[in-house]
This record gives sequence, C-alpha cells and structure tokens, in this order.
Amino acid sequence: MERVPILKLGEILLVSIQIDMEDQVALQLQEDLAERIVATRCHGVLIDISALDIVDSFVGRTLATIASISRVLDAETVVVGMRPAVAITLVELGLSLPGIRTALNVELGMELLARDASFDFEDAASMAVDEAVDEP
Amino acid sequence: MSDGERIEVGTDQDVVRVRQLVRTVAVSVKLSLVDQTKLVTAASELARNTLVYGGGGTVEVARVDNGRRRGIQIVFADQGPGIADLELALTDGYTTGGGLGLGLSGARRLVDEFLIDTSIGRGTTVTVTKWCR
Ligand SMILES: Nc1ncnc2c1ncn2[C@@H]1O[C@H](COP(=O)(O)OP(=O)(O)OP(=O)(O)O)[C@@H](O)[C@H]1O
Ligand SMILES: [Mg+2]
Repeated sequence: MERVPILKLGEILLVSIQIDMEDQVALQLQEDLAERIVATRCHGVLIDISALDIVDSFVGRTLATIASISRVLDAETVVVGMRPAVAITLVELGLSLPGIRTALNVELGMELLARDASFDFEDAASMAVDEAVDEP
Repeated sequence: MSDGERIEVGTDQDVVRVRQLVRTVAVSVKLSLVDQTKLVTAASELARNTLVYGGGGTVEVARVDNGRRRGIQIVFADQGPGIADLELALTDGYTTGGGLGLGLSGARRLVDEFLIDTSIGRGTTVTVTKWCR
C-alpha cells in the first residue's frame, strides 16, 4: 500500500497528496498525521490537495476528521489548493466541509497558520500582563 | 449502448480503477471538466457502495448516443442484501454504515439520469447517465 508522505517544514507539517488514494491510504494518513503532530509538537498542518482531481465523501470526511484530531492535539489544519471543479462538485454532493479552514494555495495557507501562531503569542502575552497587574 | 468496459469491484483498489476508467471515458466523449469531475465523484460514491454494502460486484462503463447527444452510462451491480427503504436511503444524511449518508443522494444530484433497481436478498443495480452539453 502506498503512503502519503508528511514533511516537517519549520513549525508546520506539510502533506501534499499526490496520488489517487484508496480508502485505506486515507485512513493511514489520518493515523500517521496524529502521530507526527505529537512527535514534532507542531501547531500547524497544511494539506495540499491541488493534485486531487476529485474529493468524494470519503476523502472529504477524512479531511474533516484530520482537522478534528489535529485540534484535539493542539494543531490547526488548513486545506489548500482545491481545484474549482472539485469545489463545485463537493458542494453539489452536499459536502460543505464545515470546520475545515481553507486557503487558495500553500503560501496563503502558511500565512494563515503564522497569523494564528502570532495571535496565540499575543494572547499569552496579554494574559501575562493581566496577571502582573493583579499582583498586590 | 456501445462496447462497454467492465471492472470487477472487490477491493479499495478496484474503486480507484473505476474512477480512472470513468475519467478516461469522460475525457474521450468530451464532457466538460466540471462534468467529468461530477461524474467521477458520483462513480466513486456508487462503486464504494457496491463494495461496502453490496459485498462487491461489477461496474460497466459505456459510451452512449441518443441521436442528439453523446454521453456516458455507468452500471453498478451487486448481489448483496438490497435496500429495504429506498426513499430513506436516498435521503441526505441517512447511513447504516457510519458514513455521511451523502453517497446515493449526492451521486443522484451529480448526474443527469439516475435509476435504482433493488430487491431484498437479490441485490442492487444503479444506472447513471451523464450527457454532453
Ligand atoms: N449497493 C447497496 N446495497 C445495499 N445497501 C446500500 C447500497 N448502497 C447504499 N445502500 C444503503 O443506503 C445507505 C445510504 O447510502 P449512501 O451512499 O448515501 O451513504 P453511506 O454510504 O452510508 O455514507 P457515505 O456514502 O456518505 O460515506 C447506506 O448506508 C446503505 O444502508
Ligand atoms: Mg456511500
């Protein structure tokens, strides 16, 4: 069985799906990614589907599951590169992928994840300030 | 219907082969890119149902011509348990298998013609057609 490679790129994991995945391959990716998130402590996952010429309900559900698992493991998932014909078909199929964040390409996806990371940082910083003010 | 091609569906890998065959034929009859994508997606859903619920079966892909337009017809046939309540099975979100319940209802929206013939204990045959515009 083929396997979809997962690359670590700085602080994020990049998954570029280049094959027409049989269902088992998609499920394997789900597991591999969960393990890699924990092992690398990455907070961002970028899934590039620009090479996919269809996304059916199985792959759609797999993407949604990956996004949920990542969130539980403190990582954000962004799906990038969906082709226009795939988007049209997905919506007509009835799959609007709620809960999945998307961006048009890898670069924009990375920006989105970077923005998230800096927000987290600011939140943490302002909380630290609040605590300092509370000190008697 | 003209000379069709047939795939036995017994594994995940066969579902991938169905997608690839449908794509090839869709390109050869010159369906638009969006229509190719819709048809391949519908075929993927229906072939998976044949595998998962029908216990495997066959998929036949053929070029068709009604005198005015060319198109593709695909027949998914299994000898599985059949579908007891067809109306329910065609409802968005209905599943007995932990899926999203979008396969049948979604596939119906993605094609031009959609026919189901099912009988309990005998099996299910789904026939879909997509015409060139
Ligand atoms: N070939 C078949 N033989 C027997 N039952 C079937 C067949 N195809 C579909 N069904 C029944 O119809 C239900 C709905 O099918 P549908 O493809 O819409 O959803 P699903 O396969 O459960 O989920 P999804 O396709 O969204 O992953 C199935 O759960 C199953 O009970
Ligand atoms: Mg299904």
